[in-house]
Amino acid sequence: MDAIFLQILNGLDKGGAYALIALGLTLVFGTLGVVNFAHGALFMLGAFCAITLEKILTISMKVKDESITFFDAYKEQPYLEIWFGDFGTTIIDWSVPISILLAIPVMLLIGLVMERGLIKHFYKRPHAEQILVTFGLAIVLQEIVKSFFGANPIPSPAPEIFSGSAPIGVLLGLGESVVYPWWRLIYLLFSGIIIFAVFAFLQFTTFGMVVRAGMHDRETVGLLGINVEHRFTIVFGIAAVVAGLAGVMYAPILPPDYHMGMDFLVLSFVVVVVGGMGSLGGAVAAGFLLGILQSFASMNEVKAIIPGIDQIIIYLVAVVIILVRPRGLMGRKGVMED
Amino acid sequence: MSDDKSKTSELSRRGFIKVGAAALTAANMPMFFVKDAWAAKDFRNNPGNAGSVKFGFNVPQTGAYADEGADELRAYKLAVKHINGEGDGGMLNTMKPLTLKGNGILGKKLEYVTGDTQTKSDAARASAKRMIEKDGVVMITGGSSSGVAVAVQGLCQEMGVIFMAGLTHSNDTTGKDKRRYGFRHFFNAYMSGKALGPVLKEEMGTDRKAYHLTADYTWGWTQEESIKNTTEALGWQTTAAVKTPVGAGDFSQYITPVLNSGADVLILNHYGKDMINSLTQAVQFGLRDKQVNGKNFEIVVPLFSRLMAQGAGENIKGILGTTNWNWSLQDEGSKAFVKSFGQEYGFPPSMAAHTCYVQALLYANAVEQAGTFYPPEVIKTLEGFKFDGMGNGPTEYRAEDHQCFKDVLVVRGNQNPTSQFDLLQVQKIVPRSEVEYDAKIFGGELGPYEV
Repeated sequence: MDAIFLQILNGLDKGGAYALIALGLTLVFGTLGVVNFAHGALFMLGAFCAITLEKILTISMKVKDESITFFDAYKEQPYLEIWFGDFGTTIIDWSVPISILLAIPVMLLIGLVMERGLIKHFYKRPHAEQILVTFGLAIVLQEIVKSFFGANPIPSPAPEIFSGSAPIGVLLGLGESVVYPWWRLIYLLFSGIIIFAVFAFLQFTTFGMVVRAGMHDRETVGLLGINVEHRFTIVFGIAAVVAGLAGVMYAPILPPDYHMGMDFLVLSFVVVVVGGMGSLGGAVAAGFLLGILQSFASMNEVKAIIPGIDQIIIYLVAVVIILVRPRGLMGRKGVMED
Repeated sequence: MSDDKSKTSELSRRGFIKVGAAALTAANMPMFFVKDAWAAKDFRNNPGNAGSVKFGFNVPQTGAYADEGADELRAYKLAVKHINGEGDGGMLNTMKPLTLKGNGILGKKLEYVTGDTQTKSDAARASAKRMIEKDGVVMITGGSSSGVAVAVQGLCQEMGVIFMAGLTHSNDTTGKDKRRYGFRHFFNAYMSGKALGPVLKEEMGTDRKAYHLTADYTWGWTQEESIKNTTEALGWQTTAAVKTPVGAGDFSQYITPVLNSGADVLILNHYGKDMINSLTQAVQFGLRDKQVNGKNFEIVVPLFSRLMAQGAGENIKGILGTTNWNWSLQDEGSKAFVKSFGQEYGFPPSMAAHTCYVQALLYANAVEQAGTFYPPEVIKTLEGFKFDGMGNGPTEYRAEDHQCFKDVLVVRGNQNPTSQFDLLQVQKIVPRSEVEYDAKIFGGELGPYEV
């Protein structure tokens, strides 16, 4: 029972990341009709916003390392610590949450530049060409990040206060052995808040209403004198911010490296297909569903019956869904059905 | 008639003298030229009278192990400098016995070309093949994966070019997949198990339950097997051994079952990025703060390096494992290499850099000693070669399987580092005699000298 509970939490947690990436992916597809394979790279860039801010906050004075006698080596002491003492240390410790403030404008800008500079030229081109060009863009972004930050994962710890595990077993009466990392619980909560915010924005604002209307019938909305393209460009920026924020908050869970976006992109794309291309609710539901399924498939008891199932379960589900219901769980009728 | 007879007789005498002289010359020839008798024999990429020779450095320049590859490349460039008589000489000042003269190899200037293994067997083979066929290299070296090492040494055997492996820790490399043309300086999973066993017993006792998470490929399998054999011989039980996909990223779904498994030790048979992620996540799940079966829960990482410790940050502190070499060793060879590398690059070398530097020097020295680049003769020189002054104490390239035997380091993530590079604390230097084994236990055939 404890194991099942923990795997559900794991699945929700993982599903939160899938849902956030898939949400942006499907939002872009629903509005602009573009299959954006560079969306995973936006997730990765978000994580590197956290790394960049940490590097900025830890800009250091080089002091000769006297303990190294074989050659001239230098150690670094952050200026923030020199100037502000413990307060400086605390700011560095909280660099990941603080980097959300950096990530929002940076990711919005990246999204807008990406859409205006490249993606808009491919609106009327076949999906295959969109995939090729966005995939190429993803590789370029990866290589740029690698040239600046190297290939190895860079640890980016959560604030000290969230470093341990929450005794949720004790709180829920399940026993002491049921614990779950604080930061993962925060990530789950954060995913929920972002998903809710996106839905609320689309549901309760005039801007959102126009976007939803445009998703259904772009031409008619245009005939009403509304500049849909302009709105959709902003939607692309919002999708980039959502992916970026997902990446920022994921940095303490998985030390970021240049390739992390690609790992998530493939799974998130499957999530979008299972949820239904262009369906926001479908992307979120499928994200959590596949996250939980993947977690359960990793249990030793399940793997003992079907070895290797943990590595194929998501794709297996996708195959079944495409065969039985090509438009996905909550996809609109007619979309991707032919 | 008599004239004829006399002519015949005279001719016979001359003929006898000529034939005799020729026979004597022929009989004596090997004695004069025995050292170069095979010089006339042609072989792939024979440098002949060329003024230079090329090594092929096949390292991961992209992919998950690119940082290790970059360090390997730094070490190789340093080795080339030293072999050509430039710089401070590094380990050429400490290596014994040494035949190299600091003027290249057999008087030829050493050059190099590089290839990118991408940590993929097929890419590594393709780049090695390109360097052999197009660049004409006399030796291939490098790599940071056992899958790559096994694939490349198979190719080198087929093509008749010696392969001096880089970082490869699977028992298979010099076990069931060993090749006559492949040589490994790095230690292996069996040795890690042998070295770790007594330390685990001393620190954690004999009543433990271990849970393995294992990278699902040749290196992970052999390491799991070796460590299991060691811990079970100590009296430990193995609760579960779970294979995880290479590059899984998020290991949380594999770690949560550990929490309620009854195990009190988690053994992470992961390397590089996988180890950094799985260890970080295991610590996040509070495993190191847990008490199970009345004991502190422990995590063991049988193989790790300073570069990995750097990636794992705080989480590696106090974790036990083994390593091939560490820059803090105080023998003359290690000190000379660290000084040389540090002066060149501003930081100490990793164990991958060390093993690659040594491999380049060993091959060059073997050629100089054999007096030829002809691979079978170089192989025979390396087989059973005993040397010292290159870190890890007296070392031997065992002839039966081309595995180097030397002291192994048991290390612990340093809890109180004295410098930014002081990430591993050497817990114990396990003598070579304690990690040696019969070459037959892992099977395999070296194959022929002539290909």
